[in-house]
Amino acid sequence: MMTAIQGFLGPWWPLVWTLVKILVIVLPLMGAVAYLTLAERKIIGYMQVRIGPNRVGIKGILQPLADAGKLLFKEIIIPAKSNKYLFLLAPVLSIAPALAAWAVVPFSPELVLANVDASLLFVMAITSMGVYGVIVAGWASNSKYAFLGAMRSAAQIVSYELAMGFALVGVLMAAQSLNLVEIVQGQEGGLFNWYFLPLFPLFVVYVVAGVAETNRAPFDVAEGESEIVAGFHVEYSGMAFAVFFLAEYANMILIAMLAALMFLGGWYSPVSFLPDGFIWLAAKVSFVLLLFLWFRATFPRYRYDQIMRLGWKVFIPLTLVWLVVVGAMMQTPYGYLFH
Amino acid sequence: MNFETIVFYIFSAILLLSALRVVTARSPIHAALALVLAFFTAASIWLLLEAEFLAITLVLVYVGAVTVLFLFVVMTLDIDVAKMREGFWRHLPLALAAGAVMATEMILVLRTRTDTVAPRNLDTHYSNTKELGRLLYVDYVYPFEIAAVLLLVAIIAAIALTMRRRKDTKYIDPADQVKVRRQDRIRLVSMPAETARMKDEGERMTNEEERG
Repeated sequence: MMTAIQGFLGPWWPLVWTLVKILVIVLPLMGAVAYLTLAERKIIGYMQVRIGPNRVGIKGILQPLADAGKLLFKEIIIPAKSNKYLFLLAPVLSIAPALAAWAVVPFSPELVLANVDASLLFVMAITSMGVYGVIVAGWASNSKYAFLGAMRSAAQIVSYELAMGFALVGVLMAAQSLNLVEIVQGQEGGLFNWYFLPLFPLFVVYVVAGVAETNRAPFDVAEGESEIVAGFHVEYSGMAFAVFFLAEYANMILIAMLAALMFLGGWYSPVSFLPDGFIWLAAKVSFVLLLFLWFRATFPRYRYDQIMRLGWKVFIPLTLVWLVVVGAMMQTPYGYLFH
Repeated sequence: MNFETIVFYIFSAILLLSALRVVTARSPIHAALALVLAFFTAASIWLLLEAEFLAITLVLVYVGAVTVLFLFVVMTLDIDVAKMREGFWRHLPLALAAGAVMATEMILVLRTRTDTVAPRNLDTHYSNTKELGRLLYVDYVYPFEIAAVLLLVAIIAAIALTMRRRKDTKYIDPADQVKVRRQDRIRLVSMPAETARMKDEGERMTNEEERG
């Protein structure tokens, strides 16, 4: 049947086939985003001895659909004296990088949309574009709360990107490759070959910087309900707001996915007697996502100057020192521990 | 015309238009955003050249960090567009002369380079990143490191020249704050417990208040 369709489409076949593959990645991702919001409300609910949403469907299982329906039917209000084009462009600038980065994410050794040679760099470059959505939203809204949120968020994202980048340098030193598939393949052979053990400080920095990059609690000063109402998206309503929401959760899943691929051995099973497979990757991603939710339920919001201090004065020196340690250890007979 | 050529012309058109917007846009914010688009399309054209490392680094450094800081500064400035545009016609001859000199230089440079070679078609396993790394860290390691040190010196000098700290500014140091322990702030004072007489007095007073 495939060949019949291929013959029918002729020169358009590669384009159509790529679009199909993109849909196969994006649609389950959107589903995962929807149910991550439900998981968040349920898990935080249980952590705070509440029940969480339980009215729509059995035990609240249809709650994300109800939320989506509600947001779709709400009016998008464009503030007077706002910059209309930039105001509507900002959600797009926010979601586009969050989705584009998934192009190079491998789900198994063969299952990857684009097995690019420098895929790790590609992910970093694309995710660094996400900050424009926040800045443009804050500026175009013509509101001081939105603007303050955008300024906070921009400074925070740029600061933590450095620490995150240095943490990734450690990974590519250990794997000696920029390709995500090769990075995972470098961790073959059980729990003790995963990079989170030799690169433990970098793993911690990566996860915490990931929380800060996605503007999640306890680093959510960009939203800061009690100070600047909701930060950069205070003027957004309906679907325009929902797109920001989707981008935030897609970014969370992306960070968790990258942590699983680079530090937790990707699709490899932790013990030799169980087979490898996508199920392990899914389990690891879910674990890192659970950490995100757990942090939110546990820690109070960081003060802004302490966020800056943590990024610049703790994380960046820590990663630099550990990079020197990894580099030096590789020259010794114990270098095999870091490969 | 094959697919790559079409893509090249589309990207080039976007690049030229956005570059034009950088210099013609009224609002500095729009100019900075047009600059972002120009960087991004330039990176796309480099990707067509199979220079993926340079393309990704261009996006990572210039789009992801440098222009964000540009925007950050430009957005917080109070810019009077009308004031910026005044004197446009007065300065135009000088600007035109400078532009003409630059254009001539560029034309001369482009015309003298006759030894352009078409990019070779490399096999799929060729790693642009690895080759660049070899050039920078093996063949030209000393010039590269010297350039890096020079840049570092320039950064430190720029910061040292512009940094002024007022003596009377009150600022907080989070490093000191996080070191604070309980005993630094709390002093437990032992006091005798309230006696029964005081309690009676209190009751009598409330009773009087109720009666009054």
